[in-house]
Amino acid sequence: MNERRIEIHPILGLRPERRHVTIHFGDRPLPAYEGEPIAAALLAAGVRVFRKTSKRGEPRQLFCGIGRCTDCVMIVDDLPGVRTCVTPVRDGMRVEEQDGRGRWERERGGGEP
Amino acid sequence: MKQAEIVVVGAGPAGLSAAAAAAQAGAQVLVIDENAEPGGQLFKQIHKFFGASEHRAGQRGVDIGHELLEEVEGLGVDVVLDASVWGIYDGSTVAVASQEYSWRVKADRIVLATGATENGLSFRGWTLPGVMGAGCAQTMMNVHRVLPGQRVVMVGSGNVGLIVAYQLLQAGAEVVAVVDALPRVGGYPVHAAKIARAGVPIYTSYSVKEADGDECVEKVTIWRVDDRWQGVPGSEIELDADTVTLAVGLSPMAELAWVAGCRFLHIPELGGHVPVHSAYMETTVPGIYVAGDVSGVEEASCAMEEGRLAGLWAASAAGRLSVAAAVAAAAPHEASLARLRSGPFGAAARGGKLAMDGRRDEAWGQTLTRGGA
Amino acid sequence: MSILEDGYFTLEEVLALPGCPSPEAMRGRRVAVVECGHELPCNPCETACKAGALTVGTPITNVPKIDAACCDGCGICMVDCPGLAIFILDLTRDDGRAELWLPHEFLPLPEMGEAVLLCDRAGSVVGEGQVTKVRQAKRFDRTAVVQVLVPEELAMTARAIALRR
Ligand SMILES: Cc1cc2nc3c(=O)[nH]c(=O)nc-3n(C[C@H](O)[C@H](O)[C@H](O)COP(=O)(O)OP(=O)(O)OC[C@H]3O[C@@H](n4cnc5c(N)ncnc54)[C@H](O)[C@@H]3O)c2cc1C
Ligand code: FES
Repeated sequence: MNERRIEIHPILGLRPERRHVTIHFGDRPLPAYEGEPIAAALLAAGVRVFRKTSKRGEPRQLFCGIGRCTDCVMIVDDLPGVRTCVTPVRDGMRVEEQDGRGRWERERGGGEP
Repeated sequence: MKQAEIVVVGAGPAGLSAAAAAAQAGAQVLVIDENAEPGGQLFKQIHKFFGASEHRAGQRGVDIGHELLEEVEGLGVDVVLDASVWGIYDGSTVAVASQEYSWRVKADRIVLATGATENGLSFRGWTLPGVMGAGCAQTMMNVHRVLPGQRVVMVGSGNVGLIVAYQLLQAGAEVVAVVDALPRVGGYPVHAAKIARAGVPIYTSYSVKEADGDECVEKVTIWRVDDRWQGVPGSEIELDADTVTLAVGLSPMAELAWVAGCRFLHIPELGGHVPVHSAYMETTVPGIYVAGDVSGVEEASCAMEEGRLAGLWAASAAGRLSVAAAVAAAAPHEASLARLRSGPFGAAARGGKLAMDGRRDEAWGQTLTRGGA
Repeated sequence: MSILEDGYFTLEEVLALPGCPSPEAMRGRRVAVVECGHELPCNPCETACKAGALTVGTPITNVPKIDAACCDGCGICMVDCPGLAIFILDLTRDDGRAELWLPHEFLPLPEMGEAVLLCDRAGSVVGEGQVTKVRQAKRFDRTAVVQVLVPEELAMTARAIALRR
């Protein structure tokens, strides 16, 4: 699919075939494989900024890759703070860059909860 | 409330081995892991393991993982995935959160096998996208089959750094350099030799000065460090890289042991604060056992042996195995552990576990400041 | 400079290892060269050797020692070594070339007859060789064995190949 996907590996062999799904990163549709974490699909698509920190707006992406550090949190289907390195993709999923701690969908219309 | 004779927290090599040993002794075992897949870090370890032939040396971690899973399934162990343990109270009630609900399980004995977490390293730019743990890179490429970057600087020349650098090459990335602030390669020299002959330069007595880039790593500057760990101005080398992977050690993930009121000691050789435990792998809270990285960071082969010991002794304490039978069953695993910890490269783990034994009284003398009972 | 600082052995260091046969023992024969010298807790090479040419013994951290007279260069120790630290050297030819067997775990694999670059222990290109065979077997557990003809003077220097493609 692209050069970041490891299609064939000297020890692990061919990449196991999985169903193709599409997720939406902002308004960009991205190809993904069923069952893989959101972060893997984003990495494969070359996305490097997953969120911005609340005070200084610094970019963040991944650190531990196993759900322990919360570096990779994003807004997923309107829910902020989702660890994308351990959350599997779903067809049609909407993934957004998170600003600070993000906002809940229900907050967006009105004031603070 | 649910009931289980032995609850094992964590389905990595240590937890699965503990479950297998306890189930083999006839205990009813429940394993809980927060991941969607069992195996912990084992399935990303695609290299052939070192050790004694009679203990699966020469086999690849990923294959050992499959065998271990089959063994556990064959023994009828109950494995619950996607479930995080968030608390332990009264020394026997395990609190669990699954996606939609929270539940508790009452356990006669508990084995904590929660593993470790990767350490960070601060330098200018270390929070930039593209700087990540070496284990993170390993997970992305060997489990999810995605390259974390194209041109990688590996920081740390211990076994994890050397092994992951080699695996980055196997996955098709370029490893621009391996740097280590120590004057010597930290891991097995044979691992270093594999990447050196593949053209990867190893800079000992070097560290990262900074990682630069607008929104992600675009350039990495390394420099020599003197014997007081200070960077030497003028010795900078600029590297064209898009990724920095940190293999600068692991720390035991021992929060649950804190919460349960276990006594701790700070033992740098074992990765930091570790729950004090006996040769039976039991902590200072009776009925709570530890195994694997949470009891002191080592490698997967050690984690599996410690898991077997914890499982055996927990089953014995639960009345499933006479002490004599447990002693006999534990002997080969103790011998194997002693072998794995022998020689100069086992000195840290060996010394760390010894130091723990020696400082047991000190641990009892401390006032519990967190969680304690 | 040594393997502990740079990550690779110098030729002098290799020649002094107990796993390296003497030059006389190599001459006109096919033997294993075991480039392992650091008291690792590891012994699959000893178990692999049916000829009894490799000894680790007790303690398991002993550096492997070769009895070159017993070694028939079968190469099984090479694929069983988790450190990929064993190489087979065939000095039975009389055309000024030696055959080198390398453990190889990268893709793409070279093809039979292909001209490849030879790299030394530091990864520097030192010459050119020709691949005679690429073997893969279940027994090798995904470590391929690449056999390559090299100029005889590079037999103890070349330790990896790089593809021209
Ligand atoms: C990312 C990474 C890569 C590594 N790579 C190597 C390597 O290549 N070579 C090497 O020798 N060593 C490596 N190590 C060291 C490694 O820790 C050991 O090899 C070995 O995996 C330790 O086994 P373990 O069972 O103690 O822990 P793990 O294998 O980490 O297993 C712990 C398990 O516990 C689960 N868990 C943790 N907390 C909870 C909780 N609260 N509730 C429920 N479940 C929980 C986790 O999901 C995990 O599955 C690596 C470590 C890490 C973190
Ligand atoms: S990268 Fe650490 S939680 Fe996802």
